[in-house]
Amino acid sequence: MKYLEDIGSYFLMIKRVFSSPTKTSVLRELIFKEINDLIISSLGIVAFISFFVGGVIALQTALNLTNPLIPKTLIGFATRQSIVLEFAPTFISIIMAGKVGSFITSSIGSMRVTEQIDALEVMGINSLNYLVFPKIVALMIYPFLIAIAMFLGVFGGWLAGVYGGFTSSTEFVQGLQQDFIPFHLTYAFIKTFVFAFILATVPSWHGYYMKGGALEVGSASTKSFVWTSVLIILSNYIVTQLLLS
Amino acid sequence: MIKVENVKKRFGEEEILKGITTTFDKGKTNLIIGQSGSGKSVLLKCLIGLFKPEEGRIYYEENAIQDMDEEQQRILREEIGMLFQGGALFDSMTIEENVMFPLRMFTKMKKSEMLDRVNEVLNRVNLDNVNKKYPSEISGGMQKRVSIARAIVNKPKYLFCDEPNSGLDPKTATVIDNLIQEITHENDITTIVVTHDMNSVMEIGEKIVFLKNGVLVWQGTQEEIFKTDNKDVTDFVYSSDLFKKIRDIQNKEQ
Repeated sequence: MKYLEDIGSYFLMIKRVFSSPTKTSVLRELIFKEINDLIISSLGIVAFISFFVGGVIALQTALNLTNPLIPKTLIGFATRQSIVLEFAPTFISIIMAGKVGSFITSSIGSMRVTEQIDALEVMGINSLNYLVFPKIVALMIYPFLIAIAMFLGVFGGWLAGVYGGFTSSTEFVQGLQQDFIPFHLTYAFIKTFVFAFILATVPSWHGYYMKGGALEVGSASTKSFVWTSVLIILSNYIVTQLLLS
Repeated sequence: MIKVENVKKRFGEEEILKGITTTFDKGKTNLIIGQSGSGKSVLLKCLIGLFKPEEGRIYYEENAIQDMDEEQQRILREEIGMLFQGGALFDSMTIEENVMFPLRMFTKMKKSEMLDRVNEVLNRVNLDNVNKKYPSEISGGMQKRVSIARAIVNKPKYLFCDEPNSGLDPKTATVIDNLIQEITHENDITTIVVTHDMNSVMEIGEKIVFLKNGVLVWQGTQEEIFKTDNKDVTDFVYSSDLFKKIRDIQNKEQ
């Protein structure tokens, strides 16, 4: 019953987020601030993880290629498929659920605890539009972050494969181009948009409707990470089923 | 003027407000007093629309909140200034940005005009050279004064204060009390202060409403509260040793 109430309250929140908009000039500033807080500040960790995971995928594939009949181009092919289809869109989103999701929940939760959200409401401001809408807009450029993750992942794989002496650059690039289906990129970016919406709204819901004090802010952040991850994994399955099967 | 008619508020099975009826006068500092758990803050939150009462009506001048649509309520809220118990300053903004916030949201003033108004109200609450500081960099008393500045910057018709003295030393508390009263008289606004501090009653109480267990048991003026025979009120007023001693001295003099 509690879960049904929560689901209902989540959709009611979404409805309110898109009603009674905040003054445009203020909103513009908020969106730029959120782009900085949510996207730009995540560039470093996303780049670092993507680069090394790309390298590890290439290494793992190369080290398991014991049959001489399997061409070396498989290293590039496997790296591309793993990075583009799953690692960049899905697993970077799980990492972002920890980094950005916790940030969103704790910042909104702290505002709830210290009556800053009440202050907005008393002033006649739609606090949900003011707090959540800029995050949704900012995270709509999240696919650019994922594009960077894809590029760096593949680049990391190329460096590890070529400079580790497992394949030549030509073979790796041939593997990257082998059986390339452009729709896979479309699929990856479609699901990235879905994850971006989840990343913006689920942690916001946990922060906005939290009750209690400072300790509960921490607990809300943890719950927010768990539920955001669960929803990303579930929606990943549904989107994959819908678009690829 | 704000009129409250038979307001009832429940949380689950528990009835917190049991039919409050009173009037808060314009140009006066109206105090809602009572022990913790008496329903003061709930009544305040009903007045400002953060809680919806299950029964009863709240009138701002002649207009009942219950009859207003969302847009009318939003416009009404632009006329309300609120001082929260903890200040509720936006901690990611500087003091200047905090005070300027209502102007940015609701007016078409130029930045220079907004800055002039911000400096005017900060000066009014006796704060200088804090514009570029963040709330965490100033004291609790200063935060309260910034919060008052933010509440009055857009020239509200109604000012609500939730426990304005909590966490302050007696001297700073008196400064805040006096500031609230001066601003009320200067701007002829309807001010409602929720407090359990008898010093505030002595300092600024012009009309006093006493709540006990969600029931309005007494209302009157500052002079009347010290003369009333209502046992609930006298128990509350003379729960402090200081006031007991003052009463004993007065009795001896008579």
